[in-house]
Amino acid sequence: MYKLFLRSLISVLFLLSFSLNANAEFKVGFVYVGPTGDHGWTYQHHEGRNAVEALGIKTTYVESVPEGADAERVIRQLAQSGHDLIFTTSFGYMDPTNKVAKDFPNVKFEHATGYKREHSNVSTYSARFYEGRTLLGHMAGKMTKTNTIGYIASFPIPEVIRGINAMTLAAQKVNPDIKTKIVWVFTWYDPGKESEAAQALIDQGADIIMQHTDSTAPVQVAEKAGVWSFGQASDMQRFAPKSILTSIIDDWAPYYVERSIAARDGTWKQQDTWHGLKEGMVAMAPYNSAMGSDLVKEVEQLQKDLASGKAHSFTGPIYDQKGDILVAEGAVADDGMLAGMNVYVKGVEGDIPQ
Amino acid sequence: MIKVEKRNDVSRSIYFLTPVLAIFLTLFGGGIIFFILGFNPIEALKFFFITPISDLYGLSELLVKATPLCLIAIGLSFCFKSNNWNIGAEGQLIFGGIVGGGVALLFYNHDGFYVLPIIILSGAFGGMLFAMIPAILKTYFNTNEILVSLMLVYVAKLLLDYLVVGPWSNPEGFNFPETRQFSESARMPILFDGLRIHAGIFITLITVFLSWLVLYKTYLGFQIKVSGLSLKTAKYAGFKGKTMIIFVFMISGACAGLAGVGEITGPIGQLHRNISPDYGFTAIIVAFLGRLNPIGIIFASLIVALTYLGAETAQIFLQVPKYTGQVFQGMILFFLLGSDYLLFFKIKFLGLKKNEL
Repeated sequence: MYKLFLRSLISVLFLLSFSLNANAEFKVGFVYVGPTGDHGWTYQHHEGRNAVEALGIKTTYVESVPEGADAERVIRQLAQSGHDLIFTTSFGYMDPTNKVAKDFPNVKFEHATGYKREHSNVSTYSARFYEGRTLLGHMAGKMTKTNTIGYIASFPIPEVIRGINAMTLAAQKVNPDIKTKIVWVFTWYDPGKESEAAQALIDQGADIIMQHTDSTAPVQVAEKAGVWSFGQASDMQRFAPKSILTSIIDDWAPYYVERSIAARDGTWKQQDTWHGLKEGMVAMAPYNSAMGSDLVKEVEQLQKDLASGKAHSFTGPIYDQKGDILVAEGAVADDGMLAGMNVYVKGVEGDIPQ
Repeated sequence: MIKVEKRNDVSRSIYFLTPVLAIFLTLFGGGIIFFILGFNPIEALKFFFITPISDLYGLSELLVKATPLCLIAIGLSFCFKSNNWNIGAEGQLIFGGIVGGGVALLFYNHDGFYVLPIIILSGAFGGMLFAMIPAILKTYFNTNEILVSLMLVYVAKLLLDYLVVGPWSNPEGFNFPETRQFSESARMPILFDGLRIHAGIFITLITVFLSWLVLYKTYLGFQIKVSGLSLKTAKYAGFKGKTMIIFVFMISGACAGLAGVGEITGPIGQLHRNISPDYGFTAIIVAFLGRLNPIGIIFASLIVALTYLGAETAQIFLQVPKYTGQVFQGMILFFLLGSDYLLFFKIKFLGLKKNEL
């Protein structure tokens, strides 16, 4: 009896503390996995936040939040301190976001790159980065002399494998002899590991370096070695002005602005967003004129076609490494297949770590 | 000319008061930093040290955060008291987590009261085994335990990386580097609805009590303390040095392993790459701030845990950088070591003598 009383007393106090902290002003919170100055993933989310702030909406961010037990507390504190919409910008926040969302039905949550929407106040969003990879593949296929593309990959999740495949398919289209060599670094951000991987790939004959990791180390190594490279997440041109052909830019600003206004005006609805070149969530940095004006024109045309839907990154016939058909001739891969992609296409060397 | 002399008479009460002094100096230093950053120092310190624990949820979070720190620091105090420098508690925590997590996955979808105790014991066992590596290497091959235990942290981290990416990854998890969520029977019971404080706190309290008993009421504890004060005396008294070294490492490792298993069966509920935000290293600060004394360590773990929570609230309400929390932890240790120096040594300012010129 006493225990029951104590429990209910605590629950009541707990709920009271929520309501007391609630604030009338509309506020948006952001949880970042890295520091705002990483020049990659978190930097771009922070740019998105700045765009929301520019509208006159009050925002708060918490940076370098570990994806362990701490994440839930930070998200909960944001919800508790009167934030009406909370963006959690890394995959590892998926379960904590859903857990907190359950206790704060009036707060809206937006989780980047995840797949769980367990409550009606949780949306997920991600970008079709693979469309950018198709453009990189086209350029790489044309620019390589050794027919070897070096690819620094983070984790063997569908998003990364999709990027490797999209790039390889596009490169093969313009250069059938292309080979893709991959080094898995099992980190999103580790300048030391990333530069070692870049060097190893260059030593193996790669004259194009591509990365699905967030630091600027690989492009800097490529600049020094005199090979071509591509920037990731933000425009990394100033870190390797000669070597970088272009960068894939994650532009979260339009989405963050749209969702923040929707939440403020009460029109926010749960959704799963997967935007690409068309909507501008994936954008390309200026193309390096060193690749020649003809190639620049070709790539710009391809970019337009991908955006309009005239071209698709995964158009059949597509074969896996063993030569079995994945997508029939003339067909395009549907979103379900793309979302769960876990095999390499023909021309990629090695096995997916399992 | 300045001369440093050892003091012979150090008062015991002042010895235990210097950590308090260090905390006040840290508050003062922190206030100055906030002032330079352009904040009202009093208000900023309030957001840092009071707001995080001004409601039940905050208090519960403080205990959630302090539990592993306290547990690891208690274990470390055995090592440090006997002059064994175990710097690798982080690795022992992770290895304990790996073993405990492996057992939890083995019992996936099993019900039964015995599941959780087996997981907890296997976690403690894992940490213990991992700590025995530097201990055995030290006793039989004369290696440096600081280096060996530190390097083993990276071994444990990479092993965890390998397991969650490869063989133990969630079959339904799209290859993301994490295991399944453990079943309910493998989770620490939550003490209050809506709060995250879990039964792990009882394990910590029991460990604190037992370690006090061993350190202050047994012959073994006496041996540990004597070896810490003077190895030669310990040898002369005929204590078995090698056995004792292995014993303190085993205790230390078991405590770190318990902390690891407490995290994964408590607030986290699965294995992934970030099961510990460097608790094993922070616990070193906690152990020294608590004067290697079980009661002192309880208070020290609460204070250090508060610097973590404070860094988060200060960031939310004032948008100061997250790293201020680490600055505070650094300042506490700096002021503690500084006042210790002045406590044990006195500085004499002597005039210049003629013949020195």
